[in-house]
Amino acid sequence: MPLQVGLTHYLFISAILFALGIFGVATRRNAIMVLMGIELILNSANINFIAFSRYGALNLDGQVIAIFVIILAASEAVIALAIVLNIYKMMNTVNIDEVDKLKE
Amino acid sequence: MSQETLLLFSTIILFLPLFGFVVQSFFGRRLPRQGDWFETSLLFLGLILSLVVLYSKLSLYPEKTLEFSFRWVDFKSVPGIGPLQIDLGIMLDNLAATMLVVVTVVSAFVHLFSIGYMAGDIRYSRYFGFLGLFSFSMLGIVLTNNFFTMYVSWELVGLSSYLLIGHWYEKKSAADAGKKAFIVNRIGDIGFFTGIMILFAMYHTFNFEKVFGAIGAGNIPFGSEKWLTAAGLLVFVGAVGKSAQFPLHVWLPDAMEGPTPVSALIHAATMVAAGVYLVARTYAMMTADALLVIAYIGVITAIIGGTIAITQTDIKRALAYSTISQLGYMMLGLGVGAYSAGMFHLMTHAWFKAGLFLGSGSVIHAMHHALHHAGDHDTDPQDIRNMGGLRKRMPITFWTFLIFTLAISGVPFTSGFLSKDEILAGTLAFGSLSGHYLLPILAYLVAGLTAFYMFRLVILTFLGEHVDPHRLENVHESGKVMTIPLLVLAILSVFIFYSFNPFGASSGWYFHYVERPASAVPLAQQAASLETFEEALHQVHLPALLLSLLVAGLGILIAFTTYYWKKINADAVAERLAPVYRFLQRKWYFDELYHAAVVRLTIGVSRVLRWFDDRVIDGLVNGAAFLTKISSFTSGRFDNVVIDGMVNLVAYITGFFGLVLRKVQTGKVQTYIVFVILGVMVFFFIFRSM
Repeated sequence: MPLQVGLTHYLFISAILFALGIFGVATRRNAIMVLMGIELILNSANINFIAFSRYGALNLDGQVIAIFVIILAASEAVIALAIVLNIYKMMNTVNIDEVDKLKE
Repeated sequence: MSQETLLLFSTIILFLPLFGFVVQSFFGRRLPRQGDWFETSLLFLGLILSLVVLYSKLSLYPEKTLEFSFRWVDFKSVPGIGPLQIDLGIMLDNLAATMLVVVTVVSAFVHLFSIGYMAGDIRYSRYFGFLGLFSFSMLGIVLTNNFFTMYVSWELVGLSSYLLIGHWYEKKSAADAGKKAFIVNRIGDIGFFTGIMILFAMYHTFNFEKVFGAIGAGNIPFGSEKWLTAAGLLVFVGAVGKSAQFPLHVWLPDAMEGPTPVSALIHAATMVAAGVYLVARTYAMMTADALLVIAYIGVITAIIGGTIAITQTDIKRALAYSTISQLGYMMLGLGVGAYSAGMFHLMTHAWFKAGLFLGSGSVIHAMHHALHHAGDHDTDPQDIRNMGGLRKRMPITFWTFLIFTLAISGVPFTSGFLSKDEILAGTLAFGSLSGHYLLPILAYLVAGLTAFYMFRLVILTFLGEHVDPHRLENVHESGKVMTIPLLVLAILSVFIFYSFNPFGASSGWYFHYVERPASAVPLAQQAASLETFEEALHQVHLPALLLSLLVAGLGILIAFTTYYWKKINADAVAERLAPVYRFLQRKWYFDELYHAAVVRLTIGVSRVLRWFDDRVIDGLVNGAAFLTKISSFTSGRFDNVVIDGMVNLVAYITGFFGLVLRKVQTGKVQTYIVFVILGVMVFFFIFRSM
């Protein structure tokens, strides 16, 4: 029986992507890497939306939301990178463990 | 002169001395001569005005009672009474008009006399201020038309009397005498106040006329004549205190600690007569029973005062007891129904007794200077045993003093004879009407005693030889300000001013204008009517006259044989009658009796109360304090251990958890994310299994 690509496969890929994203967010010390993890999480969500749009009852709504998420991710990345850039300017580091001024 | 003008004049007379008092109080010390001229001239102005008032009243409105009232308070509704209005005001009848003159004359001349007598005193201006306050209060008593202002003025004369007795308050005896006068008077005032309250509770008015009118209309207190008698007697109790009647007479002799002019004004002529005046004012409501009590109290007072006066050696004290005795006469006169005679005696007595006191003041003044000159500070300048022979050095004082003495002894051609004779005749008439013959017997006895002790004073003071001839040279007649009042009062003690008939005043103007008011009490309780009384009086008139001449002559004769010709040895008599003599000299032991019965009792009661306070009340307080201490100690412990323990436990537990949980709070966002994810997973599994 030829491998039929179905919903499960998409969800599986999405889950792996999500787990990788979480892993990146939770373990990376570099702020850039954390941001990249977030991007992975958002994209895994996009895959889910698209998959449900294709196989589920979501129809075109899923695709519209995915486009929304992409736009959101872009704007989020812009702001977040600006913040990171400023942090680097002020503290000469992008290591989030060292950015702990509020703790003091 | 219209009625309004007369009332206006009376009001001005009333407030002149008060104005003087206010000015003296605030500016007295800054005025030239400390303001003595100011106060004195105000009083003389009042004197002139009151003469005008008396003349106009008697000539224009002899039968009318002029009254002026104003609404003082207006209660819309009082529980149990309904609407209640209290009116105050003044009233001017013939009696008040004559009293007005009596008070202003004595007061004005005492002011004049004081300028000489009090010269150099440390509280000179204050003294005159208080004299003004007294004159105002006394005029208030005279002019009032209601019980309310009567009581207020009554208390005010008590206050000014207290202030003036204690004028030299550095002297303990003077301060004590002031207190004694005030406290004894207060006892009488309680009675007066209660009497007023009975009347007010019944009639809801203070006005004399309205009260008497209500009684006359048959509306007697609580429907019982006994209550009416009680109200009358309670009012009389006030008079007993103020007029030094038995048994409240003990304050008057001690009041002689005050300056002598004060004794003349307050404790001889005016204030002590206020009680007599009060009885006269309320005469219409006095029942026969009340009048009988008044008569007996009067005669007892007269005999007590007269007998004690015989043994006194202090000139002022002897005069004080004589005053008590004469006040007894006035009360006796009122009590037996000889209303006009009693009030007439009040007036004549005011002149000659004020004169006697001022005369004694002149003597004391002179003695004081002579002793001071000799550097002698141990001899008492008031003791008649240290005097004698002053006649040659002080002729004016002697002659005026002699005239006053003749007047008080009841020698014909003097005012005293006229008034006293009428009272004695009145007692005799009353005796013949009611059978109370003890009253005239005692009254005549007192008349003899009066003549005796007064001439004893005159002889020992002015006649014979002075104890120390050297000292006599330094005794000088007093100055004009002191002799003029004496002369004026002496002139007023002559019969011609009161009656053209030297042997009877009943045809004189006083008896014509001041008549016994109609009684308002129920007929069964009325004393003998004026007509009956006058008829009885007429029958006893001649024997009464002869008898009074006889006793007066006898008294004078004994005085001369004893003290002038020395045919009778007074000391030997005193020796023979030692117990009687001591009894009289110790003033019937009244002071001792009151000391034992009242003062000691009061102190005893205070001791018991103090013990009660110390033991019971303090014990209770201390016990309460002890219990409070115990309970607060316990609750303190409870707070410390249990409450604080609980609070601390909570804090400890919180702290423990904090200690444990702070480890979770790393401050690393990534850790939190892990927790969040773990949490989501936990929820996921929980909800999935449901």
